[in-house]
Amino acid sequence: MTPEPDLLSIERLTVDLPSWADRRHAVEDVSLALRRNEILCVVGESGSGKSVMARSILRLSTSRHVQPSAGRILYAGEDLLEASAERMRALRGSRIAMIFQEPMTALNPVLTIGRQIEEAIAVHVKRSPRERRQQVLDMLAAVQLPDPERIHASYPHRISGGQRQRAMIAMALILEPDILIADEPTTALDVTTQAQVLALIREMQQKRRMAVLFITHDFGVVAEIADRIAVMQHGRLVEHGAAQDILERPQHAYTRSLLAAVPDLAPAPARHDFIGAATALKVSGLQKSYRGKGLFRAAARVVHAAKDVAVEIRRGETVGIVGESGSGKSTVARCIARLVEPDAGEIRVGEVDFGRLASRALRENRKRIQTVFQDPYGSLDPRQSVGSLIAEGPMIHGASAEAARRRALELLALVGLDARSADRFPHEFSGGQRQRIGLARALALDPDVLIADEPVSALDVSVQAQVLRLLAEIRERLGLSVLFITHDLRVAGQVCDSIAVMRHGEIVEFGRTETVFNAPSHPYTRTLFAAVPGRAWSQRRAAARESS
Amino acid sequence: MRAFLSRFVRHRPAVLGLVILLMVTAFALLAPLIHPASPFGLVGRPFQPPFGEYLFGTDQLGRDLAAALLYGARTTLLIGLIATTIAVLVGVTIGGLAGYYGGRLDAALMRLTEIFQTIPFFLFAILLLAVLTPSIVNVIIAIAVVSWPPMARLVRGDFLAMRDREFVLACVSMGMSNARIILRHILPNTLSSIIVTASLMVATAILIESSLSFLGLSDPNVMSWGFIIGAGRTAIRTAWWVCAIPGIAILLTVMSINLVGEGLNDALNPRLRTL
Repeated sequence: MTPEPDLLSIERLTVDLPSWADRRHAVEDVSLALRRNEILCVVGESGSGKSVMARSILRLSTSRHVQPSAGRILYAGEDLLEASAERMRALRGSRIAMIFQEPMTALNPVLTIGRQIEEAIAVHVKRSPRERRQQVLDMLAAVQLPDPERIHASYPHRISGGQRQRAMIAMALILEPDILIADEPTTALDVTTQAQVLALIREMQQKRRMAVLFITHDFGVVAEIADRIAVMQHGRLVEHGAAQDILERPQHAYTRSLLAAVPDLAPAPARHDFIGAATALKVSGLQKSYRGKGLFRAAARVVHAAKDVAVEIRRGETVGIVGESGSGKSTVARCIARLVEPDAGEIRVGEVDFGRLASRALRENRKRIQTVFQDPYGSLDPRQSVGSLIAEGPMIHGASAEAARRRALELLALVGLDARSADRFPHEFSGGQRQRIGLARALALDPDVLIADEPVSALDVSVQAQVLRLLAEIRERLGLSVLFITHDLRVAGQVCDSIAVMRHGEIVEFGRTETVFNAPSHPYTRTLFAAVPGRAWSQRRAAARESS
Repeated sequence: MRAFLSRFVRHRPAVLGLVILLMVTAFALLAPLIHPASPFGLVGRPFQPPFGEYLFGTDQLGRDLAAALLYGARTTLLIGLIATTIAVLVGVTIGGLAGYYGGRLDAALMRLTEIFQTIPFFLFAILLLAVLTPSIVNVIIAIAVVSWPPMARLVRGDFLAMRDREFVLACVSMGMSNARIILRHILPNTLSSIIVTASLMVATAILIESSLSFLGLSDPNVMSWGFIIGAGRTAIRTAWWVCAIPGIAILLTVMSINLVGEGLNDALNPRLRTL
């Protein structure tokens, strides 16, 4: 196959950051070409400048302080950085289209889907209303939306996230652009929906011989969809080339470290079998449902977040709960920690009937279950110093200020942070460091059970690997019993001894990690595994590692 | 703290406001030193124009307007501060409890707040004073009673938003008592918006006080700016300065407090600013 000519070329692009930022350029001296009929993935961690670069192509700057200062972006011989505002408006949407991460905010909530897409046509070409409508309906059908007539008349909040992203794609492609820029288009979607949307983008790209610039942080997605890959770090392009070369023979040290940080889609070697070990946590018959507040009681919608959930964790064991968003996994975690009151069910922590405790007894026993939360920015009180955040727990339970402070320093050392961190405030730390602080806080009370609720989901892949390693090490050292909530099967495989798969508030499959991975029995589990992006790549990689 | 100061100083109008406010406060504090005699004392011929024998002239009874202005500043600032403090305490307590506990308590407290909000606040204040007899304590009570509802609503909103944040859940799961969570963790995080709103409430309180004394609904034995204007309003065509000078004092003070409030808002809530 002869390489296609360049459709868009970025030449030595530099984008400045405002003077108070921690570095001078968002994008620095990046040269990259996009060819017809290919998907070029730009991969990088947060802050790598990948989104700023993509937005510079359409001159969509979020701030007047973030502006290109050098370089050219050539599209069909024309420098887009020099083009007039009017010319850019003519190009946007018609020749170069863009889709965004969060389709809910990228669509106007007060207009129907149909109206919004028709508007995209009306801005650029003259067509009769009937032609426009027909064109939109055809497009909605082309992106495999069920019942295009209904979707056409729907408001964005009436359809699901995956459908919204399809509608966004329909809107982007309606004028048959040469170039589609996709900025993390599947990051907000569940894994099964993500797989469908990725397949759709690939299919539309091939049908129309489009060029797609695909921005992502997820190497699984890259492996699934990329023809070529460009890796960015700190605003610079560190490496680019054919997908297979980069994935299998990365040259740059940064690319190698990124790839190494992606966990395999395979169970880690089993640690123990935990047969006969004492039970740390036993949950049975847990029920929780949410009632929508309808104006009329009969019309109120009931959502079962937990239906008869049973989980047992033995001392030292890590049990994972895996599921998509809305499966009820976080509700289960919060019910077990009694942060949400369950409707029914028994929760026993060792000998204590934790589910039946009330008021003072509950407060005193809360230290038995501690949680590490998902959001590294929201889970630490911004007005407390790190030392007092960690020391506060022991102090409530009667430790002296002196002893609590000593304990906090010990824990900071345990999670790999400097003792000086104790006097600093949460905003001075990065996301990964904050999760370490959150872990230290949870450990300060010597809990019998540690609940980790998506502790690494908000972190970049390299930081994620560090935090997981730390968690594994501490778990081993302290013999912790852990309930690990995640949506990511790769992560679950690395951390968990047993896995429960949840769907619509029910545990559909429960078993040893290697059994769930190698011989899943429930069809839903198999669907989940099939949807994991970059699955084939992960398996090849695991096989290659084994043979060498 | 230093970052806060530098952000505040960057806001020039706020610095100007602070300077004016400090000057007014200084005059109020030093009033007995500058003018030891009572401001109600008759010093000379009535309706002397300003910049003559007396700096700001005299009023219809021959009282020194400059002295009245000095002592009036004390009353005005004092009433503004005390009434606001009471309103803030009530508002934060009610709003905080409603936002934190939610449910029925929230519904009850918010209905109560709405009852207060549906009555036009100035008429309500007049009504209260008519019932309670005008004295300085009752003026403060009346102003506080009509000023707390907006604060309660604001604090409730902040508490509601804060209540489901993960750091509050972490506090709960440590076994912390509700009082400790509210006082040590949620309140400090809402403090900046409380301070900003409170500063603007002081300005409103001063305006209410002035309007009430203008109508003669304040303590007749205490000199205040509104009182001077109210007493001089019948002579506004022959002796404009009796009304104008305290009017300008009210204008400057209220404006300076508003400017300081805006400056505080920019300095304490930097995220609200756009780049």
